[in-house]
Amino acid sequence: MEIIENQKKYDVVIVGSGAGGGMATKVLADAGLKIAVVEAGPFFDPANPKQQTQLKWPYESPRRGASNHRPFGDFDTAYGGWEIEGEPYSHVGETKFDWFRSRMLGGRTNHWGRISLRFGPRDFKGKDRDGLGENWPIGYDDLKPYYDKVDQLIGVFGSKENIPNEPDGFFLPPPKPRLHELYFIKGAQKSNIPVIPARLSILTKRINNDRGICFYCSQCNRSCSVYADFSAGSCLIFPAQKSGGQVDLYVDSMVKEVTVDENGKATGVNYVSKEDKREYSIQAKVVILAASACSTARILLNSKSTQHPNGLGNSSDLVGKYLHDSTGSDRMAFLPELMNRKRYNEDGVGGMHVYTPWWMDNKNLDFPRGYHLEVWGGMGMPSYGFGFDANLFNKFFGEKVGGYGDHLRADVKKYYGSLVGISGRGESIAMKDNYCEIDPDTTDEDGIPVFRFHYIWSDFEMKLDFHMHDTFEEIFENMGGIVLGERPGADKDFGLHTPGRIIHEVGTTRMGSDSKNSVVNEFERLHDVDNVFIVDAGPFVSQADKNPTWTIMALAWRTSDFIIEELKKQNI
Amino acid sequence: MERRESIKAMMLGSLGTSFLLNGCMDISAEQLQEKIWKYQYGRTPAEMAHDQNLLGQQFFDKHQMKTITRLAQLILPPHEKGSIEEAEVPEFIEFIVKDIPLLQDPLKSGLNWLKQESINQFQNSFVDCSNEQQKSILDDIAYEKEELDDQPEGVVFFALIRDLVLTGYFTSAVGLKDLGYMGNSPNVWDGIPEEVLKEHNMTYDPKWLAKCVDQNTRNEIAKWDEEGNLLN
Repeated sequence: MEIIENQKKYDVVIVGSGAGGGMATKVLADAGLKIAVVEAGPFFDPANPKQQTQLKWPYESPRRGASNHRPFGDFDTAYGGWEIEGEPYSHVGETKFDWFRSRMLGGRTNHWGRISLRFGPRDFKGKDRDGLGENWPIGYDDLKPYYDKVDQLIGVFGSKENIPNEPDGFFLPPPKPRLHELYFIKGAQKSNIPVIPARLSILTKRINNDRGICFYCSQCNRSCSVYADFSAGSCLIFPAQKSGGQVDLYVDSMVKEVTVDENGKATGVNYVSKEDKREYSIQAKVVILAASACSTARILLNSKSTQHPNGLGNSSDLVGKYLHDSTGSDRMAFLPELMNRKRYNEDGVGGMHVYTPWWMDNKNLDFPRGYHLEVWGGMGMPSYGFGFDANLFNKFFGEKVGGYGDHLRADVKKYYGSLVGISGRGESIAMKDNYCEIDPDTTDEDGIPVFRFHYIWSDFEMKLDFHMHDTFEEIFENMGGIVLGERPGADKDFGLHTPGRIIHEVGTTRMGSDSKNSVVNEFERLHDVDNVFIVDAGPFVSQADKNPTWTIMALAWRTSDFIIEELKKQNI
Repeated sequence: MERRESIKAMMLGSLGTSFLLNGCMDISAEQLQEKIWKYQYGRTPAEMAHDQNLLGQQFFDKHQMKTITRLAQLILPPHEKGSIEEAEVPEFIEFIVKDIPLLQDPLKSGLNWLKQESINQFQNSFVDCSNEQQKSILDDIAYEKEELDDQPEGVVFFALIRDLVLTGYFTSAVGLKDLGYMGNSPNVWDGIPEEVLKEHNMTYDPKWLAKCVDQNTRNEIAKWDEEGNLLN
């Protein structure tokens, strides 16, 4: 097939426009470099009325917001999901992994939970404590200055707590807790489980004149039209362009492979245009992959050449290996004390105002790593599904469930806001046997070989999850709640979600100082090719029980600084 | 032309064509355009085409729609706060069965069951039965039969239609108001109202409150010292 060559020569081509790609774009454009950003999905701006979903009412959707198209409902801002038409993936044997992709400028940052946690000193050196997985080649002190910069550039609310493995940062002040959150605090404290203000990248206070301040609609998953939450487009890529950066966006462009010269050095990328299905090439001095852990691994493995017959950067044979997602489980309870609530607007920010960081010592437990707790509930905006089993809780009062007529209407109002949930998100151990690889039998709609996954939870994750449910039940009982549903048993993996469901997949191009044992070095540079860098979550050696975004961005900034220095020294 | 009208004309101009050409419509082009205009909620072109396709088709026949409407009225009787008609519950149910095809068989066969049951008991289709007769049919299917493992078809059908009616009502403009939902509008959250705290015997911990945002200074650009202490 003929490949159409772009005449422009770039300093850097960046594949992907999410957290990592966005951050690299901002830092490198501010340094005056000429940049091409290649994104598989369309252009997206949450302030564009044609794309905006913020402040829409459920009845503005003919399906009342149901989640049968977009997996988190009609108003959620992720174009894509675990299944995308034309972009299949497969599995080895009976194993399971669900792969979430968001095809749009800004990627998954447009809809994520904004939970912005720093990894702590212990999180980089897990192997030192329990002999499992691998240590990172860097530690907290290497990343701290970059976490500090990310906090100040993007904005994150939180509070100084002096908890050793939950480093404090440059915080904006947190919002006051909601009513169900006060119940949660009370319930947790009764069992000596700590609760602190949440840490979310939402602007409770102004940080500059280009972005608005939170107006408490709780809809960060719809991407904020006044840019008061962090999304990579609105907070990194648009500002990079606005301050005069030389940034060309190539949207609807699916990167297929990294191209190399006769010495095996990268020359740019080839991509398939979603519009005309033709193949194009872009040339640059440096290639940065930020397509997300699995998409980046797929691009590398699809970039086979005589110089790199096993795929680019894959001399270690580790590209795609050590894939791991957060463990996750959830439980709900009914709180009789929250029946017949007085009505007021308690939307608050998008997500929880309080949370519980990991608080125990694994020495006394039968699983090696920790988890944190997220709490949810309240008088939220109804959408499709609200009112199903409307008066199920009648059974707790010996009253009949079901019926019709005015009492049903009254029951719905009575129970509104009385449901509380807790989600646990834990650290899994990176295993070589959990991997993604090219499926030799299948290509996607663009003719690109697809991925297949092999993933099995180990006993470590099962035991951690079992402990989570003990905690859920204990806190709910302390809160005066009635725990709903049976405790999931071994047949349901104790309630552990399928890997990939928490959408924190990391580890597929892991970082290390030994090129036999890792894919990139501590500056996220391929051991095998010195002008290719990876700034998504692929380089994560371990996951911590924390949401990866803040660490992706701190690493991406550090890597971008390194690239600027190397270019200055003409080492690339 | 009014501004709203001109935007409408512009959007319909870009929306309508792909669908109008493919022709498989059960309603007039004008009716379709009205429906499309009602739902402006940030769709991608593919999502828009899907919606237009469904909005142009009719799944339930007139008699079935009348039955659904009557059932909905019985489940949520007209009320000063709002009716199922104002909430457009029948229209919502018509759409959702096309969008979630798994609902089609249970609803169609449930409606058939109801028709037959009404004829067996009262020699009339459900909509032509008297109010008392209709209620007597519902009384038999509105609650699960605890003694049975497998619920009869009528009970299963009624639970399904009840769920759809309630969700349709409480996600509508009148239903949200009836429920008392007060959000989805720009505001400044400054904690739980005092009287609610009292009612629940709760207080804010002063140490916690001291960390929280002072909403009077939210507009001042944040400044920190080198240690990350917020200065304003």
